[in-house]
Amino acid sequence: MNEITIEAGRAERQYWKDLWRYRELFYFLAWRDILVRYKQTVIGIAWAVIRPLLTMGILTFVFGGLAKMSSGQTPYPLFVFCALLPWNFFATAFSESGNSLVSNAGMITKVYFPRLVIPVSSVITSFVDFLISAVLLCLLMIYYQFLPGPTVFALPLFVMLAFATAFGAGLWVSALMVKYRDFRYIIPFVVQFGLYLSPVGFGSNQVPEKWRLLYSLNPMVGVIDGFRWAILGDSNLYWPGLWVSIVGVILMIISGIWYFRRTERTFADVI
Amino acid sequence: MSEAVIKIDNLSKRYMIGRQGEKGDGLRHVLERAARAPFSMFKSKASRGSATTQEFWATKNVSLEIHAGEMVGIIGRNGAGKSTLLKLLSRITEPTSGSIRIRGRVASLLEVGTGFHPELTGRENIFLNGAILGMSRVEIKRKFDDIVEFSEISKFLDTPVKRYSSGMYVRLAFAVAAHLEPEILIVDEVLAVGDAEFQKRCLGKMEDVAINEGRTVILVSHQLSAIQNLCKRCILMDSGQIVFDGKTADTLERYTSRAVGLTSVELSERIDRDGKGDAILTYLKFFDGKGQPASEIISGQNLVIKVGFQVHGDLTLTNCIIGLTVMKDSQPLIVLSTDLADKAPLVLNGAGEVEFVVPDLPFSGGCYHISSYLGSEGSVTQDWVDDAASLDVVDGDFYGSGKIYRDGWQGKVVLVHHSWRICSSSESDGSIPLGSKVPVPAMS
Repeated sequence: MNEITIEAGRAERQYWKDLWRYRELFYFLAWRDILVRYKQTVIGIAWAVIRPLLTMGILTFVFGGLAKMSSGQTPYPLFVFCALLPWNFFATAFSESGNSLVSNAGMITKVYFPRLVIPVSSVITSFVDFLISAVLLCLLMIYYQFLPGPTVFALPLFVMLAFATAFGAGLWVSALMVKYRDFRYIIPFVVQFGLYLSPVGFGSNQVPEKWRLLYSLNPMVGVIDGFRWAILGDSNLYWPGLWVSIVGVILMIISGIWYFRRTERTFADVI
Repeated sequence: MSEAVIKIDNLSKRYMIGRQGEKGDGLRHVLERAARAPFSMFKSKASRGSATTQEFWATKNVSLEIHAGEMVGIIGRNGAGKSTLLKLLSRITEPTSGSIRIRGRVASLLEVGTGFHPELTGRENIFLNGAILGMSRVEIKRKFDDIVEFSEISKFLDTPVKRYSSGMYVRLAFAVAAHLEPEILIVDEVLAVGDAEFQKRCLGKMEDVAINEGRTVILVSHQLSAIQNLCKRCILMDSGQIVFDGKTADTLERYTSRAVGLTSVELSERIDRDGKGDAILTYLKFFDGKGQPASEIISGQNLVIKVGFQVHGDLTLTNCIIGLTVMKDSQPLIVLSTDLADKAPLVLNGAGEVEFVVPDLPFSGGCYHISSYLGSEGSVTQDWVDDAASLDVVDGDFYGSGKIYRDGWQGKVVLVHHSWRICSSSESDGSIPLGSKVPVPAMS
């Protein structure tokens, strides 16, 4: 029989065991969010396809058509879509996990389970959308008769990096959001701003050499460049920048978990 | 006695209440503070302090032990700290000080339908709710049919829950929770929703869980009949502390009496009274043998009760009777009345006070109820309050022998002064064979 002691400020070794015990909750919460999203919609799952397609179209028009930026050898729409894939994943994961704790306030005040499950399951939900868009990417590649080179086998690593970035950022924002509701407005702003700041509509080679390291402080730069390199063989990947991104993401996750655990015990009182 | 499955030690929970959002806590203020004193953010909150918040202790120094297989009720007024205690036990919120040791899995039912999503169907919500409460998917699948049968909504299983009536909603939610298999089950006032038949079934299921499966159940409810039926032990909480912990009947008595432990009881504001109303009884005040106001009387001491009255307007009422009945468990034991002890006629007008003196209070320890009566013209009831006050009696040395009742008779006997002696065989009719009836000797 397991015995637990509850005390003020007690570090919970039990917590990580609990996370494992409640592992099915990750699945259930993600399942719930996906189901709910598409209930009572007519077009349903098609939205997961239409949205990225439309965004791709607009960005191609603005950056490729109007601004006439270069995309190297690859057709501009494909160029944009390779970046849109991880970016959309990050954007949805960031917004949803940021809001996740507050929107599940009812559960947090009435049932015990490790609260870490909530933002993580939001990231998982966004990952499902990511997978759907990935299928779309394959269709696009077939359309343009483009076959990725051997670098594509590195793609899973970049997918993990994207997941980690979304997770780390989501942890911080969800915990902060509980206490400071200002983040409800900051999140969409960051997402909008980020879409133009990150090399989604254009290639990061457009950024002057001397600024590239600073530019790489945005973790999505490394992720997006990595995706483009893995899928398209685009040689614009700036390796020092990538290491900066990786280290930054690891720091963000560690600090995010620390902050989350520290504030978690007051969630039910403050939310 | 089995091992303690829950051991609570000096548990306290403090909330800071105050005007939120006005001063000092929004993001803007945090940034301002960070700019002005960059490292103060890492200092503990206590050293920063705030002038606009107050402390509120929802639970204070609560200590308690619960053993396996017990069914314990917790009652108390709203705001007594019961729900906070449950939240602390369920790990939803953290204590400010003190500790809780729990052996076994805990499942809490603090709300009906936690996690239910209105857009999902009944079937989907069973899985969702079960998972949130801690069941594994395999477990839910296994019990799915039982859950559906218990909830009686099999026809509506595939309709979104937002279309359910509130009764169906509650039935489904409880059905899932009822099939949890925790070692410790904590239930908070969820039975208030739902019709009588449903409540009966829920209580039956909980009883099943406790008695037949030996699980521990902690039940918070305002429905005293439910607590009485299920729980042998009951805890009374008030203002964050445990006021009484013992047999359910005793706890309920203390709870239902309006004035627990008060030296004087206001009756003028009470509306649960009967009678014509030309005159009313306004208060009851208790004094001990030394003339001091007392909330507890010791057996054998003198008890003085002062009864205030108020006649309305300029009326003068003649042939009045003021009386008090002292009861235990709704059983009247003693009647104090102005027309019994002394036949002096009672004429009342204006406001005043009548004093009753009971020498050598003949009660053993316990909680007794007093109902009050005021009549005029001999038989016209002017004012009658059924549950006017409670009287706490503490065991005292009524007989001067150190013992006033035999084991197990506490609160069940009225004490009476008596004497005895052994008679020598020449004084009696002869030796009395055992088993024959003994004639009662006349008292001298």
